[in-house]
Amino acid sequence: MKKIRHLFNWILLLGSTLMVCLILGVILYDIFSKGMSSVSWHFITRFPTNGMTKGGILPAMIGTLLLTFITTIFSVPFGIACAVYLNEYARPSVLTNIIRASIRNLAGIPSIIYGLFGLALFVQSLRLGTSVLSAGLTLGLLSLPYIITTTEEALKRIPNSMREATLALGATQFETIKDVVLPKALPGILTGVILTMSRAAGETAPILFTGVAFYINGISASPNQEFMALPYHLYMLSTQHQSIEEVRPLAYGTATVLILLVFVLNIVAFYIRFKHRTKD
Amino acid sequence: MNIKKRESTDWLLKQVFKAAGLVTIGLLAGIFLMLLYNSIAFFADVKPVDFFTGSQWDPESSTSKYGIAPLLVSTGLVTLGAMVIAIPLGIFTAAFLSELAHPKLKTILKPVIEMLAAIPSVAIGFLGIVLVGPGIAKIFGIQNGLNALNGSVLLAVMALPTVITISEDAINAVPHSHREASLALGANKWETLFKVTLPASLPGLIAAVMLGLGRALGETMTVLMATGNAAVLPKGFLDAVRTITATIAIEMGEVPYQTTHYFALFAIAVVLFLITLAINLLGEYFANRLRKFHA
Repeated sequence: MKKIRHLFNWILLLGSTLMVCLILGVILYDIFSKGMSSVSWHFITRFPTNGMTKGGILPAMIGTLLLTFITTIFSVPFGIACAVYLNEYARPSVLTNIIRASIRNLAGIPSIIYGLFGLALFVQSLRLGTSVLSAGLTLGLLSLPYIITTTEEALKRIPNSMREATLALGATQFETIKDVVLPKALPGILTGVILTMSRAAGETAPILFTGVAFYINGISASPNQEFMALPYHLYMLSTQHQSIEEVRPLAYGTATVLILLVFVLNIVAFYIRFKHRTKD
Repeated sequence: MNIKKRESTDWLLKQVFKAAGLVTIGLLAGIFLMLLYNSIAFFADVKPVDFFTGSQWDPESSTSKYGIAPLLVSTGLVTLGAMVIAIPLGIFTAAFLSELAHPKLKTILKPVIEMLAAIPSVAIGFLGIVLVGPGIAKIFGIQNGLNALNGSVLLAVMALPTVITISEDAINAVPHSHREASLALGANKWETLFKVTLPASLPGLIAAVMLGLGRALGETMTVLMATGNAAVLPKGFLDAVRTITATIAIEMGEVPYQTTHYFALFAIAVVLFLITLAINLLGEYFANRLRKFHA
């Protein structure tokens, strides 16, 4: 009797874990097995043609890259500065607690609300219009709490003795941060930055009303124009297109490219973290 | 460089860093005030009583109805279903990872969870249309599987990595002496897990559930794609539903700027904001209790 109960417990825990693995397996198998046949050099280097029932996803890829780039250059310096303040300067105080609580709550706000905020602030109040700049800034705000948290984790791992040694040699606090703390924490910060880029590349809700478009004609690197993006392209192909069944292979192909892009970024981040860990 | 210049640079940069820290408070306040400001314009047109008690959401009709109930019930139903799936699955997986899995097995399982967390929500929503939906339609013998159940399954998948990771941290945080004391008293491995380790990590497990819940409540793309989007009061899991997030996503693209309908979307966003804020604060409260308990 007892043995049966033990076996049952084993199955419960192991079964749950296997179930989680199975879920990932099913997701990846379904998308890759049906999507890989659509992915080709042609698919990633051509414009959509024939009312988007043929052709490739080039403008969506370029849009996503441009969007991710804008998000990163906006959120990274800001996020790092905030993390430096919290970890290097701030003393335990009411103000510090409020800042930390704000960051945690910002991380919990639904992404669609960032979309509304971006619409009200960047598109309308600051008159940037629906553009890749507005969308990038919106995603930048969304990424901010994430960058701050990962950077602070990286800064925390730098031993205090290093800071003390530099200060004892006569460096100011800023020089200590600039020449010792930040360079030493760089791999950890970089990991966080790359993971943020991967999240930003896959986000859809915040860009819905801030600048993403069904289709654009031609490629432009200008930040004040609407853009196409991979996740929105997938959404559009699978729910909004007039001949949904016909474009299914293209939707699978887009999903494959999007997931591969996100996984490559994650693997790069994983590699940096791994390499850095073996050094210590 | 002379000392004066170095010192003034040092002072200046400190202020810059501090300003960056203060901006985060401004951002949170700014988001809340923006939502509130636009909602006030809405409540000037529509009575709060009608908004909170009305059972119809139909802004396009001639007698525009702005009752939040169908959206709120939809959101609650989908999230409830997701939690029923994700909580046991997540906590048992976390228990397996921290108590039973060999360290080598762990180095394989951890990336599995990270990969699951990295998959964009739009890709999960896509699978809701092409895989989960047809599956549900077949099992229950209904025409299409775009309903609350579909949304629940997908949101459970999205909440799982959060629930697993935080639950595992909570279980790991229980001191080894607890387990050893239990084993020394003659309890076996399972009795120790279910009667000592898991109860001791309960505040952390609650925090994990709260954060998973927050994630599921705020998710937009998966529910937008997979739940059928019918803004009526659902009777069960096989009905099409429309969550608050999906309503904002669908209607914001179409409404004219600064109309009652436009402001209405900010009003439902405030409700969503306050719900997720409350859940996050609750999660934080329980996480702090765990920290104090083991300190």
